[in-house]
Amino acid sequence: MKLFDLRGGVHPEGKKNLSGERHIRVMPLPKKLFVPMQQHIGAPATPCVNLGEHVLKGQLIAKAQGGVSSSIHAPTSGVIIAIGDHAAPHPSGLPVPTITLESDGEDRWVTTEATDTPFAYSAEDIAARVAAAGIVGLGGATFPSALKLNLSRNSGVQTLIMNGGECEPYLTCDDRIMRERAAEIIEGIRLIATAVDAKEVLVGIEDNKPEAIAAMQVAAQGSAVKVVTMPSMYPMGSEKQIIQVLTGKEIPAGGRPSDIGVLVHNVATAFAVQQALRYGKPLLSRIVTVSGGAIKTPCNVEALIGTPVSELIEFADGFARPAARMVLGGPMMGQQFTQTNVPVVKGTSGVLALTSDEIGQAEASPCIRCSTCVRACPVGLLPLEMAAHIRVSDLTGAVDLGLKDCIACGSCSYVCPAHIPLVHFFNYAKGDLAAQERSKLKQEATKKLANARNERMARIERERAEAMAKRKAAKEARERAAKEAAAKVEAV
Amino acid sequence: MNNIAHSPHAHAPISIGKVMGTVLLALIPATLFGFWLYGWPAVNLWAVSLIAAIVGEAFVIRLQDRAVRPALMDGSGILTAWLLAISLPPFAPWWIAVLGSLFAVIISKQLFGGLGQNVFNPAMAARVMLLISFPLEMTTWVAATPMGSAQAPGLMQSLGITFLSQPIDGMASASLLGHVKTDYTLGIGLEQSLSGYYVPLDALWGSRVGSMGETAAVLLLLGGLFLIARRIITWHAPVAMLLGVAVPALIFNLIDGNHYAGPMVHLLSGGLMLGAFFIVTDPVTSPNTVLGQFIFGLGCGLLTWIIRTWGGYPEGVAFAVLLMNAATPLIDQYIKPRIYGRDRKGAPLPANKGN
Repeated sequence: MKLFDLRGGVHPEGKKNLSGERHIRVMPLPKKLFVPMQQHIGAPATPCVNLGEHVLKGQLIAKAQGGVSSSIHAPTSGVIIAIGDHAAPHPSGLPVPTITLESDGEDRWVTTEATDTPFAYSAEDIAARVAAAGIVGLGGATFPSALKLNLSRNSGVQTLIMNGGECEPYLTCDDRIMRERAAEIIEGIRLIATAVDAKEVLVGIEDNKPEAIAAMQVAAQGSAVKVVTMPSMYPMGSEKQIIQVLTGKEIPAGGRPSDIGVLVHNVATAFAVQQALRYGKPLLSRIVTVSGGAIKTPCNVEALIGTPVSELIEFADGFARPAARMVLGGPMMGQQFTQTNVPVVKGTSGVLALTSDEIGQAEASPCIRCSTCVRACPVGLLPLEMAAHIRVSDLTGAVDLGLKDCIACGSCSYVCPAHIPLVHFFNYAKGDLAAQERSKLKQEATKKLANARNERMARIERERAEAMAKRKAAKEARERAAKEAAAKVEAV
Repeated sequence: MNNIAHSPHAHAPISIGKVMGTVLLALIPATLFGFWLYGWPAVNLWAVSLIAAIVGEAFVIRLQDRAVRPALMDGSGILTAWLLAISLPPFAPWWIAVLGSLFAVIISKQLFGGLGQNVFNPAMAARVMLLISFPLEMTTWVAATPMGSAQAPGLMQSLGITFLSQPIDGMASASLLGHVKTDYTLGIGLEQSLSGYYVPLDALWGSRVGSMGETAAVLLLLGGLFLIARRIITWHAPVAMLLGVAVPALIFNLIDGNHYAGPMVHLLSGGLMLGAFFIVTDPVTSPNTVLGQFIFGLGCGLLTWIIRTWGGYPEGVAFAVLLMNAATPLIDQYIKPRIYGRDRKGAPLPANKGN
């Protein structure tokens, strides 16, 4: 198949050999699971169980709230011992609403609705079941999958792209799931294709995963699913970039893939979809790569949602040496975390413990305008110019240069010889702009309310004045009448 | 645990020091060749340039209450002084090198705000300042006297040449471009002027009159190719500059061969190779897109050829570079990459469902 060029991009050291050959192993049942209510883009789920209640594995414990949200299920059977706050898998480590489940050790399933004929489900049915299973994009974006299915079905899908790029260094979770569960993934892909009536189905896999490509090709035989080998390059697995490479099309600025008739899902999401439709199993676990130079035995594990990260590190035989930094996700876009009691969530693709050598960061020095960042940017931005504007708080200038088109992939920071944290600048600016936007909305709302109040007060004042005037007129009329009457009497 | 760090949590094995170090490495062959060709005076001049740049820069950084060591360790000041040194006449007196180096690092760089802030290439700005202020010293060239040859000045004599401005008996000569220009003003045609003066192979190997950086065209070219291979520079600006000189030279040479020198004469003389691979590739003072760099290089080449052909000075690389440096912000204003999902004007692409 003809592939299209990707602009920019970088070639970070893959480091996938650390864990690539390690089979997926299922983690032993943790004693306590910490299940946050917000593991997806959108509104947090609302708990629908009570403290002390015994729940079965797969039972709904929190319901989706509002238009964009996702439901959450009990990862194992046990007792709800807390509905409160627990440290979030986020750089801040701030507490977030979390259901704490104490496992009873039996891992007993709730009754599930299995079927041998998942393809008999209608498109609407498939989306509804995907929603009920609490499936979100497992590539890391964690957008509720059912929503994407519904949006795309309405707008029409020419090309369904299954993302097996896994361009982040270290991560091998998608590689392993494609090698070990290819048949299930292909069935999941075909179910998604059915749900959106896709005309063409492409699975894009980077050429640094030959075993995964072979396994997927075997499993895809006889189906309409086409497995495509893509060159290894970061950020090949980014939605915009994989679309560009496979179709030659670009998502219009500010738009969605559906604007160009494309839908992108991650391969691990396809596996979750297959499990939900064929076995009625909601999303309770995911594959996580535990790796990094500070980890003794890097590996791939299947961990229940809510498992503390510390248990994954222990399962990988702990630390070989002190970690300079711990990261959730891949090194290019992952987030640092400091407390190991944070839980695995639906979007956790990797747990990395990195040494300072691996991070390779140095003190930032002045920009020499070498424009390596310009050549590395897959979007066609001028990172050095944007950073120069943001440094002097000229956010409007940065927006004019395309700040809002930045995908925060980190390619520019990665190649910068001056070690300037460019993406940090951009995310700071985006955050500041969002705050400004919010305060502007707030100001407008306040102004509107104030205007309404002024108007109301003026109206009341006017009405009172009118009433007074009327009363006064009436009184005067009465007085006049009385006077006239008196005058008449006098005259008589 | 340290402060929270933002992604990415990985970095390419590169730093400013490594970039500058690689450029210096690429300059070493041509420089060593220059040392051999012109002997000890050339070594003295080079050393004086570097020392003056380091001391001058350290002094200014101290005045700014900044840490001296990291600012010096990036190697940019040394690179500037090195480039200046090999563009000077090798037998120039010491104060030419000192003045040039101090002007380069203090006036052209630190006064603009230090590394990354200067508008003009410091080495070229210094060279132009010297050329305008001290035309005699800057145009006194000598015939090559390779180390070990009979005419080569000894170490003591070389110190005399560099530091006491002792006259160089009977060795003064003119560079190729200077010679051609002088002859032209005397009404002597190119054919006659070049005969016996221009031997293409000599030009290639540098065994002729000129500055250190002027003579070893092939070694400079190799250094440039090394930098391209190491991805320190891209081919755009150098190729464009060579084209900018070679194309008009070829056209005019075809029109009037006795008046206009051909492309090979131009390509292998003066500071063109040094300029193409080590000056117009200066990241600070060149545009930040590859297309912009191409236009920049082309402009440098064209202006060089125009100055060489019709200007008052025999060589024009330094002037051309400074003129194009001034145009860099303008080029950057108009040449920007197209952003993903937008057309060239920045408007979002139209939706296209492809059905």
